[in-house]
Amino acid sequence: MQHKVIDLKDVVIRFAGDSGDGMQLTGSLFADMSAIYGNSLSTFPDFPAEIRAPHGTVSGVSGFQVHIGSEGVGTPGDFCDLLVAMNPAALKSNAKWCKPTAMILVDGDAFDEKGMQKAGFKTDNPFTELGVEDRAIIVAAISTLTQESLKDSGMDPKTVLKCKNMFTLGMACYIYSRPLEYIYMYLERKFSKKHPELIEPNKKVLNDGYNYAANIQAIPNTYTIAPVKNKKPGTYRNITGNQATAWGLLAASEKSGLPLFCGSYPITPATAILEELAIHKSLGAKTLQAEDEIAGICTAIGASYAGNLAVTTTSGPGLSLKSEAMGLAVMAELPLVVVDVQRGGPSTGLPTKTEQSDLDQALYGRNGECPMPVIAAHSPSNCFDAAFTAAKIALEHMTPVMLLSEGFLGNGSEPWRIPRMADYPEIKPPFATGALADGERFKPFERDAETLVRRWAIPGQKGYEHRVGGLEKTHAGVLSTDPANHELMVRERAEKVARVANDLPEIQLVCGPAEGKLLVVGWGGTFGHILNAVEEAGGVSFAHFDLINPLPRGTEELFSKFEKILVCELNSGQFLGWLRAQLPQFQYKGFNKVQGQPFLVSELVDAIKKEL
Amino acid sequence: MANLTAKDFKSDQEVRWCPGCGDHAVLAALQRALPKVSQALGYEKERYVVVSGIGCSSRLPYYMDTYGFHSIHGRATAVSTGIKVANPTLTVWQACGDGDALAIGGNHFIHAIRRNIDINIILFNNQIYGLTKGQYSPTSKFGAITKTSPYGTVEHPFTPGSLVLGAKGTFFARSLDVELALNEEIMTAAALHDGCSVMEMLTNCVIFNDGAHKSISDPAVRAERTIVLRQGEKMLFGKNKEKGLVFDGRKIRVVTVGQGGFTLDDILVHDATIDNIGLHMALADMKGPDYPVALGVIRDVKDITYDDGVRDQVRDVMRSSKIHSVDELLHSGSTWEVE
Repeated sequence: MQHKVIDLKDVVIRFAGDSGDGMQLTGSLFADMSAIYGNSLSTFPDFPAEIRAPHGTVSGVSGFQVHIGSEGVGTPGDFCDLLVAMNPAALKSNAKWCKPTAMILVDGDAFDEKGMQKAGFKTDNPFTELGVEDRAIIVAAISTLTQESLKDSGMDPKTVLKCKNMFTLGMACYIYSRPLEYIYMYLERKFSKKHPELIEPNKKVLNDGYNYAANIQAIPNTYTIAPVKNKKPGTYRNITGNQATAWGLLAASEKSGLPLFCGSYPITPATAILEELAIHKSLGAKTLQAEDEIAGICTAIGASYAGNLAVTTTSGPGLSLKSEAMGLAVMAELPLVVVDVQRGGPSTGLPTKTEQSDLDQALYGRNGECPMPVIAAHSPSNCFDAAFTAAKIALEHMTPVMLLSEGFLGNGSEPWRIPRMADYPEIKPPFATGALADGERFKPFERDAETLVRRWAIPGQKGYEHRVGGLEKTHAGVLSTDPANHELMVRERAEKVARVANDLPEIQLVCGPAEGKLLVVGWGGTFGHILNAVEEAGGVSFAHFDLINPLPRGTEELFSKFEKILVCELNSGQFLGWLRAQLPQFQYKGFNKVQGQPFLVSELVDAIKKEL
Repeated sequence: MANLTAKDFKSDQEVRWCPGCGDHAVLAALQRALPKVSQALGYEKERYVVVSGIGCSSRLPYYMDTYGFHSIHGRATAVSTGIKVANPTLTVWQACGDGDALAIGGNHFIHAIRRNIDINIILFNNQIYGLTKGQYSPTSKFGAITKTSPYGTVEHPFTPGSLVLGAKGTFFARSLDVELALNEEIMTAAALHDGCSVMEMLTNCVIFNDGAHKSISDPAVRAERTIVLRQGEKMLFGKNKEKGLVFDGRKIRVVTVGQGGFTLDDILVHDATIDNIGLHMALADMKGPDYPVALGVIRDVKDITYDDGVRDQVRDVMRSSKIHSVDELLHSGSTWEVE
């Protein structure tokens, strides 16, 4: 058979195995290498909540999907071209993600009676049982081959078997013509300090996997995915959403000249932000791992009062615990960024799965009349700008700000053209300055006439002694239960938040004609999927909201140009509800999915076509 | 430096505690102590931040002419922690009640002590919820009859001193609201202590728990039923200081000097600075009828503080790291060029 090298525009690969098999690492290495090679890409880690669920069971399967392309790639892809399944359970839970043309690569050693039984197969042919017997199936004895490869290494059997993911990666590299140099570099960096003895064995297994794939007849063709042409010149890197969020906050700290303080409690999938900030003490960041979620936000509120850029990071259930304290920050009118990396809810829900179902909580989840600006990130790298903007709004408008991210964004990664900090605006908090006249008292809640923002006096500043707190006060900061004063302050706090829109861009169409029958609307991490779907459907307009409260300027005018508005979101219609409450005159329809999974482009295309 | 007086710490707000409430005296002691502390340490008034939670005693920041933060129920300790860690040049005082600090805020309370954050916590212990009008608190005596325990409570109270020392607290003092001079002394010692200082003030709630501490605070019995511990002094009490505490090898005992073969030389000398937490725990746990209740600074030991640790770590990493700007951060690790 003639070996062919086929050039592809894009390809989706899904690595799946037991949660101890190293599939997250294998997938990220493949992604990083492809990024450096010059491909566009998007990743989607899909893993169980258990660290080590029962070995070999479906519940313990960990997956990592990566979509690489020679043109812009906006999503991790709906279905895969190659499924790597390290055991029967991984095959069972992932076979449904295979394209009709997909190739399936499995570790044949794991498909013994015991493995099949654990995965719950009823027959002895898993491929037929799953209805994927017509795919190109490669059964390789990956475990045995890895053992063979390292038989003279002197390593213990357990460590040897841990290297089998490198064998798999080597095979994938052959199939998609990937250069191995990057992985060599990675292995050297990772092991050089603590385990230099592991560098060569891992390299050997990687190479042997590559050569094995080249030698067997089962892989008739190999593929290339060319680097993206006409990519904007510059320095690029890969970045996950959580990392970008942390870095965006550090950027805001630098631009405001205020030290960053993050008070947080570990919670999936937000923890990586706290972990990332804890590394960067050299930029003056202080992190406090609090005793609970409430202490996380309350220490941040204390830090804000003391003059830091204060942040607390969490996910849905943690946000619930922070509700009362958010109200305190609203009342005390202190700057604070509350990051919520959303996951499937309610309650503990689906901790490792993605959802957009905290929007109502973000908008309304506090006692009293308690509005907060809410902004949402729309891609992993966009988390940087979103976090920067959230901090800028908080500091310049003296208000807590909710930044909504999603598990899909926080864990997902994409290449990012590194920006220059010189291109970012300064952040100028409204500090109370100047000497006070003799006998003059600082009035902490006196407002700027235009923005309604109060001035910020930091403890330590002579003559500006004042008290803040949760009780209603007058502009002078005196406690008051006066009915008229309360209503005035409620209205002013709300209006202050509404005027945040004046500092932010007007809503713009992402694509499509300026008016027409249908406007597709989204917010948050669904951006890439909706964009791809809209492009595929053709002739439809698309608007995406980064700013949720207040709605961006121009929203009403934009909506008025369309007959119908289709709101696509990963919840039961929360943004739709918000839009309807703000702008009831328009005709809305929702397209919703609440499965703990991102949209499929294909289902979005169907939904859009149905409305045309 | 301005020569501060108690008046400088009084705000223009009307004090709205009930007449006869024990909180008045504690406020007065604080307003008298801070000028002395400021003098001793060279502090300006603007470096003080007074933080509180929710409850009667948590109104205290409004009555102090300093920076102040009246936060939410139970969370004062977390807010104080954030203030001190974010800006260690500030001096943080905190007012909180027994319900605020030990029930809803119990978690923050023990963790601030465990971390040894340099804040000064005044714990107003009147053994009742006052602001919500008379429900039992975590320090109410077993069997206490209150609005939510009309037939008496069926739960044991916390002894705040045991909690503090159990969390390896570095400073614990106890006093009665009426002991103005002693309270000034305790507050000054707390201010000088580097670390988390807890001052338990046994206060009277004249409306909902009048006489809560009467069994020890009544002038007729106070000398017999309390003992004031002072650094380096013999542990003597009684009207004529005729009684004292001795250690018999297993536990502390009350003896009368000159009786049973005990002389003044046998009486224990108080040392709040020794690391031996067992002895401090035994002193803090003493109660009638067998023992006098210990007042004064029971424990005052040196240890590293959390806020110093955080600050030093930031300084050290700043020195050793190669990343000093966000631009450098963005270019760190794996990057590639597109031409």
